Amino acid sequence: MKRLTISPPLAAVLLALALFLLSGFLPNGFGGNLDVAMAQAVNIVRLSVFLGIIAAGQTLVIISGGEGIDLSTGAVVTLTAILTYTIVNDRNEQVLPALLAVLVVGGLIGLVNGAGIAFLAISPLVMTLGMAGVVSGLILVITQGKVSGAVAPIMTQLIARPALLGIPGAILIWAVFAALMWLLLERTTFGKNLFAIGTNRTTARLSGINVTGMVIGTYALSGMLAGLGGFLIVGNTGVVHIRIGDPFLFPSIAAVAVGGTLLTGGKGSYFGTMAGALVLTLMTSLLTTMQMQESVRRMVLGATLLTMIAIYGRQRGFRQ
Amino acid sequence: MKQSRWQQATYRHPYLFALLLLVVAFTANLLLQPNLLEPTTLNSNMRVFLPLILVAIGQAIVMIGGGIDISVGSIVSVVNALLATQIGLSGDPSTAGMMMGAALVVGMGAGALNGLFVAYLRLQPIITTFATSFIYAGLALFILPNPGGGVPSRLTAFYRETIILWLPLAFYVIALILLVWAFIRRTRYGRYLYAVGGKADAAYETGVPVQAVQFSTYVASGLMAALGGIAMTLLTGSGNAQVGDPLTLSSITAAVIGGTPLSGGAGGIAGPIIGAVILGLIRNIISFASVATWWQTFVNAAIIVLALALPGIINLVRRRKG
Repeated sequence: MKRLTISPPLAAVLLALALFLLSGFLPNGFGGNLDVAMAQAVNIVRLSVFLGIIAAGQTLVIISGGEGIDLSTGAVVTLTAILTYTIVNDRNEQVLPALLAVLVVGGLIGLVNGAGIAFLAISPLVMTLGMAGVVSGLILVITQGKVSGAVAPIMTQLIARPALLGIPGAILIWAVFAALMWLLLERTTFGKNLFAIGTNRTTARLSGINVTGMVIGTYALSGMLAGLGGFLIVGNTGVVHIRIGDPFLFPSIAAVAVGGTLLTGGKGSYFGTMAGALVLTLMTSLLTTMQMQESVRRMVLGATLLTMIAIYGRQRGFRQ
Repeated sequence: MKQSRWQQATYRHPYLFALLLLVVAFTANLLLQPNLLEPTTLNSNMRVFLPLILVAIGQAIVMIGGGIDISVGSIVSVVNALLATQIGLSGDPSTAGMMMGAALVVGMGAGALNGLFVAYLRLQPIITTFATSFIYAGLALFILPNPGGGVPSRLTAFYRETIILWLPLAFYVIALILLVWAFIRRTRYGRYLYAVGGKADAAYETGVPVQAVQFSTYVASGLMAALGGIAMTLLTGSGNAQVGDPLTLSSITAAVIGGTPLSGGAGGIAGPIIGAVILGLIRNIISFASVATWWQTFVNAAIIVLALALPGIINLVRRRKG
C-alpha cells in the first residue's frame, strides 16, 4: 500500500500558512487588505527569528542523539542578554566586544555541559537541568536583583528596524544564519559526524569519529547559539529582565520537534526547526490577538502542540 | 569494559550513593541545627518535604518504566486549585473528603491522558508531557485565575501538627507507600515494569503487555502528583494555580540523585524519597549557614550539580586507576 507522505518541515510551513490565512478572518485580522497582511507576515517572521536562533543549538544537540537535549538554554539566554545589556551600555563601539563576550560565556557553559555528559556519563537532561540552576543562581549573584545598562543605537537599528527594502534586519540575519546552519549540517565533516553519532554512537566510534569531542563541541555550540540568541533578543526589546530567557526554553524544544527532527537523534534539519519556530510564534500571537484568557490560551497551545506531534511524531511500533 | 568495584557496588545497591549523601547532608544539618531530631522540628521539616517526596515517587515510577513526566507540577497545581476553590476556608470535612477523592481521580485522569499519548499513540514522552503540562497549567489557571481560596484550618492543623509516637505524620504516609510498593514489586506487574523499562522490544517479544505497563506508570505518576497536590494544599492552606511549577524539575532531580537512571529499568522508590529529603536538607543547610541571600540559589544549584556529578567523577577516577 502506498502511503501519502509529506515531509515534516513542509507540513509545518503549510500549517503556518494556513494559520496565517485563518488569522486574516479574525475580527481584527487583516481581512482583504494585502498591505496589512504583508506587514503582519513580516512581523511574525521577525518575531520568530529569536526562537529560531535559540532553537538552532537545540537542533544540534537533539540531532547528536544519546537522549541529547539542552535545558540550560533559557538560563543562558537570560545571562547573555543581561551581559550584553551591561557591557554595551548605550555605546556603539562596545557591541562587538559584547557579542564576543556572550559567545564565549555561552560556549563555556556549553563546554561544561558537554564535559559532564561526555566524561562523567551524566544524562544530558539532568546535566543541563542542573546547569540551568547554576546559571540562574549566577544571574542573581551578578545582578543582585537590579540590572543597569542600555542597548546601543546601532543594535536597535540593525535588529529591530527595517534594514533593506523594508525587511527588518533580524530577518536578514536569520537568512544568513540559516544558510550557515545548512552549510554546517550538510556540507561539513562536523555535520556528517553529527548525524553519524546521532544514529549510532558505537558504529560512529568504530568508524573513527571522535565521539567525545563531537559531544562536547555540540553542547559548546549550543551554548554559543543560546548566547547569540540572548544578544539578539535584548537588541530587539531594548530592555532586559531577570526572566527574559525562560519563555524560550521549552518552545525551543517544541520547535525542533514540530520541525520533524527526531528527538531520538540522527535525523533532522534546521529548516524544519525554522518552520517549527514560525508555527509556534504564529500560534502564540494568534491566541494573543484573539484576546483569549491566559488559561484558555495555554490549553489551546498545549492541545495544538499535542495534535501536531501526534500527526508525525509517532515512533515505530513494536510489531514492525 | 571491566567495571570497578564501586560500579558493581552501586549497580547492586542503587541507593548506596544516595544514602551516603543523605548521611553527609543530615550530619551537616544536625551540626547547624542541633534540635533537628526533636519531634516538632522533625515534623516541621518533613511536612515541607512530603509534597516533593510524593511527586518524586511518581516520577521515579515513570522513569523505571523508561519514560519521563514533565506534567507532574501542573497536575499538583490543578489539584491545589480544585481543592482551594471547592472546599473553601469554611468547608466541612465531608465535602473535603469528597473533593480529595475527586482530586485523586483528576490526577489519575491527567496521567491516563499522558499514558494514552505516550504508550498507545507512541509519542515521545518528554515533548508529550510538556504539551499536556500546558493543558493542565491552563486548567489550573482556569479554575483559579487569582491566588485565593483555601482549606479550613482544622484540616491544615491535622496535616501540620499530627505527631504519633514521636514520629511526624509524613513518616507514616511514606511507610504506607513503601509497604504498598514492596507488595507491587513482588507481583508479576512489578517484574513487567522493570522489563519494559529495561528493554521494551525484548519485553514485547516475550509477551509482556508493554503498552499497558507504560500506560499504568503515567496513571501512577498522576495519582502520586495528586497526592502531592493534596499534601501541598494542606501545607499551605491556600490556593495558587502556579504552586506546583517548581516541583516538576525538582522531582526529576530527586529521582536521579536517588539512583533512578533516566534510561529506565532500574531504581526503586526509596531512592527518590531519599533524593527529595536530600534536596530539602540542602536548602535547610544553606539557610542555616547564613549564606548571603543573593548567593543562595547559586550555592544550592552548585551543590546539586556536584551531587549529580559525583558518581561519574568517582567512576572516572576509579577507571583511571584501574
